[in-house]
Amino acid sequence: MNPFAATTGFLHDRVDGAGYVVNLLLRTLLVLPRIHRRLRFLLDNAFNAGVRALPVTMVVAAFAGAILAMQTGIELRRFGDTAVLGTITALSMCREMGPFITGVILAATVGSAIAAELGTMKVSDEIDALEVMSIDPTDYLVLPRVLALAVMCPLLTVLSDLIGIYGGSVIAEQNLGVSSDLYWISAIEALTSSGTVLPKEVYVGLLKSFVFGVAIATVSCAAGLRAGGGALGVGLAVQTAVRNSVILIIVLGFVVTWFFYFLS
Amino acid sequence: MIELQDVYKRLGTRDILRGLTVTVPKGMNFVLMGPSGTGKSVTLKHVIGIFKPDRGNVRVDGQDVPTMDQKQLMALRKRMGYLFQNGALINWLSVADNVALPLREHSQMSRTDIADRVHEVLELVGMAHAHAQFPPNISGGMKLRAGLARALVTNPEYVLYDEPNAGLDPIISQQIHELIAEVRDRLSVTGLIVTHSRACATQCGDRIGILESGRLAIEGSVDEIVHSDHPLARAFMGIGSD
Repeated sequence: MNPFAATTGFLHDRVDGAGYVVNLLLRTLLVLPRIHRRLRFLLDNAFNAGVRALPVTMVVAAFAGAILAMQTGIELRRFGDTAVLGTITALSMCREMGPFITGVILAATVGSAIAAELGTMKVSDEIDALEVMSIDPTDYLVLPRVLALAVMCPLLTVLSDLIGIYGGSVIAEQNLGVSSDLYWISAIEALTSSGTVLPKEVYVGLLKSFVFGVAIATVSCAAGLRAGGGALGVGLAVQTAVRNSVILIIVLGFVVTWFFYFLS
Repeated sequence: MIELQDVYKRLGTRDILRGLTVTVPKGMNFVLMGPSGTGKSVTLKHVIGIFKPDRGNVRVDGQDVPTMDQKQLMALRKRMGYLFQNGALINWLSVADNVALPLREHSQMSRTDIADRVHEVLELVGMAHAHAQFPPNISGGMKLRAGLARALVTNPEYVLYDEPNAGLDPIISQQIHELIAEVRDRLSVTGLIVTHSRACATQCGDRIGILESGRLAIEGSVDEIVHSDHPLARAFMGIGSD
């Protein structure tokens, strides 16, 4: 195959896919006022997202916090400065690790399920059936899913932050000889040093996870709605959804951090 | 009346329809047959406005479908029912909720009126007993009957049937054929039926058209097609063609 044609074809597909996702997000925003008609679906989707992601989030967050404390603590001990371990673990969890872990877990568990569900509906004519009944799939299927993840991702992130910090405290006390009191006092001081009701470290992390929730749901819905070609197409849709979600989590995470800590 | 005039449609790199002209008179069941990939289902999607023709015209009761805006298209679709190959029921809704869906979304009917109407159409298709079941737990024939109930619940003037007996055994197929004929006779609904099945064509149809390479190769009454010497008619209507 001609390499030039292959490259342009690849780029065309990517741009086309990105355009579809942006268009879907804009259409979702346009149908937002109709959400009162979809409250049941919204609650169902939010509940499902919570149930699917909660156990994995708890386990991964606890170990992530523990690893973070362990790796940082080893270096801090060399300088005799383990007193700041709570500060570092709390800030890292709230600013970056909590939203990132939650986003990746939601992409893997809920995003993949959304892509599979809508992809199956697409290949079995259910999406066409909705259109034939003059029911807008964006309003009926996409809106409740996007809102559900936009709400659930920050909620799970709060939990992830807390469990991660707790995981770090266990390691700090058991392996690094940092007293639990010292660890928690430094962690709380770090998070409340700005003196505002909602510290910057927390609200930037929550905003990040809100953005991740919207991105994961929109990308996954788009992958499902564009599925074609039977079971193979559904499999590809799931793969596309998870891959694009993880890429977006990393890129958007960088953009939000850069905006709040360097630009503003 | 449904009219397609000189309709051309390309999907990807393939020319699916190449100058298709078909007229479906009111009150009749028109059966569209033809080899796979000749554009039968694509024709139905043009009639309901999911596809727009690259060239040519699609009219329903004199109104141009391709030029309709979203509002006009919604109004047209409310007058039409569509039975998909496998029923295309929404998996997480019960049979009754699936049938009620178009009414809940678009009508101002009360809950009780919707429930009564749903019961009425489920009764008509012999599915009242399964109203609380979910699509993954019912057979292919039941899904089709539920799909037909959903297509009929808004009292449509037209119903488009996409392979209504695909994958069904002869006994269930026979029931579906009788149901389609009954819908035409009792409710005066105009039908456009896409099928490969001789039994479906002869039992449900008033007129038959056979597609070849994206255009109509032969058209006539059921009798004319059954007794035609045209090779396609013989291939589809010959003994053992089911």
